[in-house]
Amino acid sequence: MSSTTLPLKRRAPIRPARVLLHVFLAGTALAWLAPLLWAIFSALRPYSETSAKGYVSWPSKLTFENFTNAFQQSDMLHYFGNTLIIAVPAVLLTLFLSSCVAFYVSRFDFRLNLALLLVFTAGNLLPQQVIITPLYRLYLLTNLPGITASGKLYDSALGLVLIHVAFQSGFCAFVLSNYMRSLPHELTEAALVDGASVWRLYWQITLPLCKPAMAALATLLSIWIYNDFFWALVLISTGDNMPITSALNNLSGQYFTDPNLVAAGSLLTAIPTLIVYFALQRQFVSGLTLGSNKG
Amino acid sequence: MTTDTTTQTPEAAATAPPGPTPEKKRATQGHRRLLTRRDRITLGLMAGVPTVLHVALVWVTAIASIFLAFTTWDGIGFDSIKWVGLDNFKQLFNDNPQFWPAVQHNIIWFVVLILIPTPFGLFLAVQLDKKIRFSRLYQTAFFLPVVISMACIGFVWQLVYNPDTGLINSIIGANKPGHYIDWIGNPHLNLWAVLIAASWRHTGYMMILYLAGLKSVDPSLREASALDGANEWQTFKSVIFPTLRPTNTVVLVVTIIEALRAFDLVFVFNKGAQGTELLSILVTNNIIGESSRIGYGSAIAVVLLVISLAVIIPYLIATFRKERRA
Repeated sequence: MSSTTLPLKRRAPIRPARVLLHVFLAGTALAWLAPLLWAIFSALRPYSETSAKGYVSWPSKLTFENFTNAFQQSDMLHYFGNTLIIAVPAVLLTLFLSSCVAFYVSRFDFRLNLALLLVFTAGNLLPQQVIITPLYRLYLLTNLPGITASGKLYDSALGLVLIHVAFQSGFCAFVLSNYMRSLPHELTEAALVDGASVWRLYWQITLPLCKPAMAALATLLSIWIYNDFFWALVLISTGDNMPITSALNNLSGQYFTDPNLVAAGSLLTAIPTLIVYFALQRQFVSGLTLGSNKG
Repeated sequence: MTTDTTTQTPEAAATAPPGPTPEKKRATQGHRRLLTRRDRITLGLMAGVPTVLHVALVWVTAIASIFLAFTTWDGIGFDSIKWVGLDNFKQLFNDNPQFWPAVQHNIIWFVVLILIPTPFGLFLAVQLDKKIRFSRLYQTAFFLPVVISMACIGFVWQLVYNPDTGLINSIIGANKPGHYIDWIGNPHLNLWAVLIAASWRHTGYMMILYLAGLKSVDPSLREASALDGANEWQTFKSVIFPTLRPTNTVVLVVTIIEALRAFDLVFVFNKGAQGTELLSILVTNNIIGESSRIGYGSAIAVVLLVISLAVIIPYLIATFRKERRA
């Protein structure tokens, strides 16, 4: 190779401004991760060592013991199971019901549709605490002998699924109706003329076309419902029935006695969220921004 | 939205898709003729079931909150509901030492979020929008706090603020008697401490919203601006920022609602004790606390409802009006 003064690929010259920008961004990103890194660092150290040397000290031993202890002592698997029982039906039901509403509103221009969407969207923007007092009473007064273990909506997975579905379907109905409206009308018109039933139009024609939006919403809903703290805190009374995020509050103090265990325990609860996020990053972000630009 | 209180808002600038819009009136009549009775029942159920569920659990309860705010009730039988007029509100405004501080903290919460993390999120978005290397990596770092649950964030920041073993006090030596700084318990400090954690999360959220907004800016605008010899700041100020208007509306609404909904983080951090009272905390304490006064708790919820609707209604009207026009 003869050395040429003109490289074949023109590379942009390194500009000092760019370097500065990278230094700034890398520094800020590190600062942003610092609290999480600190939690990981604390969780990896044995309690005996940190209590002797202090928390800001050079570690002589790093171990996963805190994680295994936190997981086993508090029977975390059981709480993950509780979350699963609530989150899976809630996500599926929300998607199903909100896509039904969206289909109705976007394909059949009956006079109701604007009012319907307004009601759904506004309901979705209310702070949860606005409705919690009557909701709590309603859950206590609803008797469901034999259907839930508690015999009421209160303190049952069913109760949590219902409120999640009711609350989240607003946003999903809105996003999906916008999405469905952008689909060509000819598709359903033709099928309707050929005598297809409404259900077929929805199930076999419209829904398959909404896959991208559904995937984005499913990712978003899974993370939100998993992360829910408030509904379970108020509507579940038995600690044993709590989903993992709310259980964390009871477990710290009960099983997580020292800061190292608290760190390990709270990081463990964050792991499923992070797995879903990293696996479906694109869907999550597009779902979050579906609401703020032309999805 | 969510209980993880990631407030979501519908599209402010949802415009109708391009393409010919069908003549609605005629199409509708055509539909009506083609629909069999079974189809109509199907449609009725498809719209009805979700609506009934949503209205029953969200709107009926919200209206019940308003009604119960004017009553006292022991929660046992419906016949024990007693009409007391404005008593609950009078007590709330005059005799509750926590109420006005809570209102004030909610306002501070909003002001801080809109003044610090929101512009910073916009700044980061503008920098990351320059197609630089490692952009995804930086984005992930800033966005991570938005993904993790608020409860978990509360615990993580406790590890930072803990007066005895926390990161800050261990570094500055403020965990010894005489120099002791109690970030969590001191009512003059704890609100600001928890607001740093809230801002830490809010920044990433705002960054993502603005990044989405910046993606829809027409590149030819930038080119034209560069040709005119505008520098980066001038381009941003007079070309880019004005096109971000719809995003700014969404950001404003999201931030207000986030400020009204703030709960999980504070509850985990110090139970909303002295110094960090919020309206949401007061409502909840009325249910899971020692005193469970239904009417009184509902009165606090009504204050929250009125403030929320004052934001939600104009916003939705503007959104839907735009849609109609499109």
